[in-house]
Amino acid sequence: METNAGWRPTASHDVLKLRATVQARIRSFFAAHDVLEVDTPALSHAASTDPALASFRTSYSAPGAADSERCYLHTSPEFPMKRLLAAGSGSIYQLCKVFRDGEQGARHNPEFTLLEWYRVGYDHLDLMDEVERLVTSVLSDILPVSSVHHWCYRDLFMEMAGVDPFVADVQALAGVLQSGHDITVVGLTDADRDAWLDLIMTHIIEPRLGEGLVFIRDYPASQAALARLRSGNPQVASRFEVYLNGMELANGFHELSDAAEQAQRFTREQLRRRTAGSAAVEIDDHLLAALRAGLPDCAGVALGVDRLLMCACGARHIQEVIAFPFEVA
Amino acid sequence: MASYSTSEFKGGLKIMIDGDPCAIIENEFVKPGKGQAFSRVKIRNLKTGRVIERTFKSGESVEAADVMDTDLQYLYNDGEFWYFMDTNSFEQRAASADAVGDAVKWLKEQDMCEVTLWNDVPLAVTPPNFVMLAVAETDPGVRGDTSGGGGKPATLETGAVVRVPLFIDIGEVLKIDTRTGEYVGRSKD
Repeated sequence: METNAGWRPTASHDVLKLRATVQARIRSFFAAHDVLEVDTPALSHAASTDPALASFRTSYSAPGAADSERCYLHTSPEFPMKRLLAAGSGSIYQLCKVFRDGEQGARHNPEFTLLEWYRVGYDHLDLMDEVERLVTSVLSDILPVSSVHHWCYRDLFMEMAGVDPFVADVQALAGVLQSGHDITVVGLTDADRDAWLDLIMTHIIEPRLGEGLVFIRDYPASQAALARLRSGNPQVASRFEVYLNGMELANGFHELSDAAEQAQRFTREQLRRRTAGSAAVEIDDHLLAALRAGLPDCAGVALGVDRLLMCACGARHIQEVIAFPFEVA
Repeated sequence: MASYSTSEFKGGLKIMIDGDPCAIIENEFVKPGKGQAFSRVKIRNLKTGRVIERTFKSGESVEAADVMDTDLQYLYNDGEFWYFMDTNSFEQRAASADAVGDAVKWLKEQDMCEVTLWNDVPLAVTPPNFVMLAVAETDPGVRGDTSGGGGKPATLETGAVVRVPLFIDIGEVLKIDTRTGEYVGRSKD
């Protein structure tokens, strides 16, 4: 009898074949649409300042050097891909491994496969249509997409949680969770209003999204990340999220191209990281320089390929679609 | 006071919630791509058995519950407490009616039970999976009927009432599955 079965893959051979099929289909989809496959560094000197992301940190020693310099594994290939766009690459995509520290669970592995692509001349609405076409064509005979729904963030909260996410204060949001749904939250302060909104999304709305593809767009400006803002009242971000069968699958933006605004957001995020006690990271000056040189008008989206596979084969745990998840890597 | 961070959460971990000892049943990591990470846990209150849910911001910690499962021998009941003994140290523990709960109807002197201790005080008692108990009262046995069909109620020496085959007589010792409360067979003695 085998005493240590830990060397074996956690994904079945059928699922590994499915992964190969899905990746081949993604590549042929983009080949057919004349989108260039690119390859950018996983190891870099700067990192994402997003307060919700923790980069793996490592160090590099030059040949014979006594000292080493800090570097990071990327959490997404966004910054170097934008540098390519600014350099005139035209529409591009990348299928790569990305790394996020502190993320592990039924839907998270610290190392995972991301499909990220940028379309020059598209806005977020055009790109949402392309996400639908890609997912539908990649899954065609594997898991036909049963339906497609579109929501504005605000309407979705009003309909499914009975609260206006743009005006409700933290007490009202906490009340929706506690009184309306008996969800008790520990350790979250009033200062982090967006985290309360996230909890309503993950605990109340996600389980009610149902089967099929669901697009949510027009996020509050406070959750813009790298999306451009549209004037209006209330101000919304040209950001969208995609859910498949109730699971978060992709996040996209009509990309912010204003270098000054980007530099401000970096500084603001650095400050939030410091307040939260998370590690400070190097700001990507190359990205800011590329934005100053001029990012073409474009929209971009990042899609979790492991999650897509989970949906395709009905997996409940991400381990079922990864040959060697982190525990046994 | 010992405590656990959300990163240590897993099924079986004993923690204090609202002053009561609880056991984590299930821990789910929740994190939107652009948002804060949380641990969403299902927890059983070990005093009441009630299952509740809590969502902890990642990195929060909670006090550990000093809860331990021990194998103790049941000695006797003095009308108020049920006494159990550690057969190695001969140390005795008194369990309240709340702690003994439904196990009371299966407790036979000298049987080994699983006693869950919280701060060294019995919190819950789990009887052995199988117990041998004598029939105290039942209708007279029907000789020759070994079909086991139908059956009748029998009151055992501990007061428990179980369904037994028609041929069982008063005084016979029966093997009972305490998890289902069902008759398994007659003692082979």
